Parts: sequence; structure tokens; C-alpha cells
Amino acid sequence: MRHVLSILVENEPGVLSRVVGLFSGRGFNIESLNVGPTLETGVSHITICTSGDEQIIEQIMKQLHKLITVIKVVDLTHLQAVEREIVLMKVGAEDAKRAEVLRIADIFRCKVVDVSPDELTLEITGDQGKIKAVVALLQRFGVKEFIRAGTVAMRRSMQLAD
Amino acid sequence: MVLTGAQILMECLKREGVDLIFGFPGGAVIDIYDELPKHPIKHILVRHEQAAVHAADGFARASGKVGVCLVTSGPGATNTVTGIATAYMDSIPMVVITGQVPTHLIGNDAFQEADIVGITRPCTKHNYLVKNVADLATTIKQAFYIARTGRPGPVLIDLPKDVVNSKTKFSYPETISLRSYNPNVNPNRKQLRKAAELIANSKQPVIYAGGGVISSDSAAELKQLAETFHLPVTTTLMGLGAFPGDHPGWLGMLGMHGTFTANMAVNNCDLLISVGARFDDRVTGRINSFAARAKIIHIDVDPTSISKNVVVDVPIVADCKQGLAGLIEEAAKIEGVDWQAKHEAWNVSLTEMRASHPLGYAKNGGTIKPQWVVEKIHELSKGEAIIATEVGQNQMWAAQFYTYRKPRTLLTSGGLGTMGYGFPAAIGAQFAFPDKLVIDIAGDGSIQMNIQELATAVSYNVPVKIVILNNGYLGMVRQWQELFYKKNYCATCLHTNPDFVALAKAYGAEGFLVDKAEDLEATLKAAFAYPGPVIVDVRVEPEENVAPMVPAGAALSEMLLV
Repeated sequence: MRHVLSILVENEPGVLSRVVGLFSGRGFNIESLNVGPTLETGVSHITICTSGDEQIIEQIMKQLHKLITVIKVVDLTHLQAVEREIVLMKVGAEDAKRAEVLRIADIFRCKVVDVSPDELTLEITGDQGKIKAVVALLQRFGVKEFIRAGTVAMRRSMQLAD
Repeated sequence: MVLTGAQILMECLKREGVDLIFGFPGGAVIDIYDELPKHPIKHILVRHEQAAVHAADGFARASGKVGVCLVTSGPGATNTVTGIATAYMDSIPMVVITGQVPTHLIGNDAFQEADIVGITRPCTKHNYLVKNVADLATTIKQAFYIARTGRPGPVLIDLPKDVVNSKTKFSYPETISLRSYNPNVNPNRKQLRKAAELIANSKQPVIYAGGGVISSDSAAELKQLAETFHLPVTTTLMGLGAFPGDHPGWLGMLGMHGTFTANMAVNNCDLLISVGARFDDRVTGRINSFAARAKIIHIDVDPTSISKNVVVDVPIVADCKQGLAGLIEEAAKIEGVDWQAKHEAWNVSLTEMRASHPLGYAKNGGTIKPQWVVEKIHELSKGEAIIATEVGQNQMWAAQFYTYRKPRTLLTSGGLGTMGYGFPAAIGAQFAFPDKLVIDIAGDGSIQMNIQELATAVSYNVPVKIVILNNGYLGMVRQWQELFYKKNYCATCLHTNPDFVALAKAYGAEGFLVDKAEDLEATLKAAFAYPGPVIVDVRVEPEENVAPMVPAGAALSEMLLV
């Protein structure tokens, strides 16, 4: 099962290597990874999507916590959380196709961030499901380039009962 | 007070109570070596950096203090890796100081440059590259704190040459607090209560104790728990000495070469109380058959050790000392249980099993049996020696046929299984206990992996006794080849062993050869009485096997050679 782990770390040289090395050294899987600074000086935030059964995820959490430079680890999977990915996608959009590409982009609230006579570069944000849908619809126009950043996720303020 | 990095290092080491370090100099640490003689810190010059780490490790295991070693950059640093990994696997507190090329050359493929922080990241508890001399004192303070607290382990500090030479105002932090490192040592009361109730409800309980009992100095608590509630005890290899080997409740070591009784007890128990052990594959055998019918209580200071291989019923994250003391307290509160009567049938059956299935070996005449050599070592040292071992058959016989009654009397590479560990570790232990008899039980293969340390032993007159159980084979691999590979003795026969007696003498040590059983006792006595390092080369039965044996991947109940 897919799990999204939110990890706060000391922002010091080698910290990412410690986290990533832990995953490779112990045979855990990284599906996606996102790293960036937080508003607090000296603290960075890592979001890792991984997969495994409950015992493996528990072990990953404990192992992460054992790293001296890791401050906090939260598994967002069983919490209500907002998840986003960002994709930049260069799609073939010659005159005949352009209107249809723009229409699909509009439906999914993508942004056009670059234009050329026969290509459009779109910025798409959303959860995994949305991204999957956009990609499926735009594929037939010819995808020239595709870049996808790792998931970022945040716990919702209100955890409502189902 | 403005000091150089080298001076700060010395001041910090003194404040951490370090008076002995093991090391080997080189270009990147020459400034530290220039400073060293001005301070009351004894430096032991080894002949290979791996031995410096093993010696610091042996010192740490025997004394309970943090072992310290100092080596240069590049090859000096990479040579420490096996030693560091050995200490990491066995949770030994250690601080390793490596030199590094000057900061402006880092990443330049400079002479004797190696990314030792990168290399040792997976085999240290933590490591540091100090880029600014202003951070040095705090880093050293943190390193010692991390090395000795929680689950202990090795910490490496990489010191670039320019940092060593830079100056800064020195002040040593009195206390340390790390927001991201706060090991939990106090057990949860509720969990202890649950555990105590499980003990009260069990009919066939077993304590399975490991190295954590030794590193937390809680052998007294373990004994109290076992005696108060009439619980039989087995230990891992790392746990030997944590419980008296001559105690009536002692079942022997468990696992691949454990006793029949210990393995059957674990196989048949209804409650397994694991303390400071980590369910290693050499202990559990086939994991889904391990203590399959039992409820499991697990006390460990490292949460990652709990439910890693076997899901446990009552996890207790705590230092073993506090965990055991708390468990005793909680169990004592339970009223109306006659503990002795409750566990009597089980204890009696285990005592009977122990009598009917002792560890043994065929005492056929002619050749010298290695097990008998270990028994003789035990007898002549009155069980009072510190035993170091190499790895392989020698290690298992040393574990089986020497009776360990006290903690910190067996030094052995349990987790990593490092051949070449024993001799330098014995040297380290001898420095911790100059007046004790320290014996390295070795094989003819293993001893050659750090034989150069004879020079160290001779130069400081470290009276370590090396007893080589010389069978002319890499015996444990040969045993596997015999049992599981149709006697295809590929690359395990040591045709060209050196003359160990002559070799010892060439280094300036003493050497004795024993090739007749009747000479063994007198020669061992002479060796033990000799006031310097000695090799005793004992020619033992070449194809003797370690028994009993649980084949890799089999269940503990499927023992061979019982």
C-alpha cells in the first residue's frame, strides 16, 4: 500500500543522503521524493511516497526516527491530508490541435506557461488521480517533454470522521 | 582560551575521561600527533588501522567505556571501515577520529582523500565532517554523548587538516541537548503491567537475553528476574556472561550452534521474554517457526529492533536496566502466584533435557579435540579470563565450552562476524585490565587476518595469549562444505600456514607448539604464566565439526549433529 511520509530534518550537509541511503540500504522503496526548506531556519522538510505492508512502514518510520538528524516523522496515509504534485508538460499543439489542447487544459485548470508555434507547455497541479487523467487525455497530441515533482502533502486542519 | 583544533581535540578527550587511544599516524593527522605528547593521553601505535578500531572496540567491551581511535585520511580511514561496521552491528560505544584533506581540497581527488563520512554513513550511529574549528568542541561532545547513550554505537568525526590547525576560543559545553535525539530509556508502566501478567499466566516461559543486558550493565537485574519468578534463561552469543553459565536456571546459548535444551525451550515455550536481543537470523532459524506458540515480550532501547523480524505482543522500549527493574517490580505486585510451583514442571523438564542432551564431543583418542582445548583453557584460567575470539569454529567452541559467569568476559564479533577481530580486541581489553588474563581463542585462518599486531603486543609488552585451534582449514566453511556441498572443499584448505611458533618468535613474542594431547596442559600453563604475548599453536583434529547445528533457514527444532 502507498504511504506518504512527512519528515522534518535538520538542514545540514548529507541529511538527504542519510535518508535516501537508509531506504536503499534496507531495501525500502521510494516512489517519489520532495525536499525543501521550511520557514524555520535550519529545518528542512522531506516528503517521501513509499509502499509496503504495515510492518514495513512501521520499520521505515522507526528507522527514519533513529537517524540522528531526523526531528519528526509523520505517516499521512491514515490522516486526512491534502496531496499535490506539480507537472510541467510540453504538448504538441500545431494549429489544428491547439484549440482542443487548450480546452482540455482549461477543464483541468492547467496553466499555459510557455508557447511556441507548434507546442504548448502546461503547468498542472493536483493529486495523483488528476495528473493521471490529464496525461491520459493529452497523450494523443504528442508529449514532447514531461517533468513531475514528488508529492507534497499536508495534514488537513480538521480531521473529520468518515 | 584560544586553542588550535588539535589542542581542542586533546582538551575534549580529557574532559570525556579518555586516557588511552589507539591509532596510526599520517599526513592529515600529523598536527594532532604533534600535539599528542603534551597531554596525559596514552597512544597505542598499532600496525594496521583496522586493528586500532578492533582494539578500541575490545577496550570498550571489556571496560564499558567509550573506545577511541585516531587515524589518517584516505586509506587510514577506509581501513577502519570493517572495524566500525563490527562495532556498529554489536552496538559498541566508540569514537573514531579520522584525518581529512584540507577543506579547500575536499572533492578534488586530493592525495589520500576518501569520502569517509559518505562511506561510513550506513555503519556508524552518526558521523560528522567538521568544517569549522568553532564547531569542533560541540561536535566532540555530541559524538561521545551519542556513542554512549541509547543503543550505543560508533561515531566518526572527520577532521580536515586546516580545521586541526585553525584557532578558536575554546569552551567545552557542559551539557548537551539534541532536539532530534532523545532515546527513551524509561519503560511504559502499562506495558510492564501487561508483561508481568503474561509471566503470571505462563506455564512455560523462557528469558532470551542478548548483548543489551551487558551494555546496559543489567546482569544483576536479569538474575533477579530469573530467580524471583523461576524463569529459565538462554542468551545469544552476544549475551554470554549476562547470566552466570553455572547457574541452575541456565539453558546455554540458543541459535544455530546453541544447545539442544535452549533451542527446544524456545521452540516449546508459551512465553518468550526477550531482553536486549534483536532476533538475529542466526538465533531464530526459520523465522515463522521461532517460538511459534509463544507470546513475546520484548525489552529493547532501540525501537527499530522491536517487531523488525518477529511481531511481538508486548513491546517495551527502554534501557534493559530500567526495563528489567520495572518488570520485576510489576510482577512482584501480582498476588497469589506461587511462581516456583507455577513454573516447576517446565523447569524440571528443562533440567532433565539438559542432562540428557549436554554439549559434547567424541573423545576418541589420538587427535586433540578443539573443544577439549577450550575446556582446558577454562579449567586453567579458573573461568576468570577475558576471552576474545576470532570468527568461525573457534568462536563457536569458545562460546560453547568456556563457562562465562560475568558480563564483559567474552569479546566476539557477533553481528558482523569479523575474522581478525579477536587478537586486536584482546590487546584493547588487556589495556583496560592489565592484570587480567586475556586470551584470544583463534583459528589458523582468522589469526592471519591481523597477525601483524604481534608487533603492537610486543612493543607494549601486552601479555595476550593467543591459542590457535589449528586445523589447517577455514573450518566453519569447510564444515558447511562437508555437510551441504558434498565435501567440495573449495578454497578452504590452508596448505601453507606459516610456522606460528617461529612467527611469534620473529616478532619477539613467545611461541609454543602442541601436537600431543599430553603436552596441552603444561604448555597452556607455561603460556599463561609467561609475562608477555604468546602464541600457542595447537594442532587439533582437522575435520572436527561444531555441533549441534541448525542449518541456515531451518527451524530451531530441526537440529543436526545433536
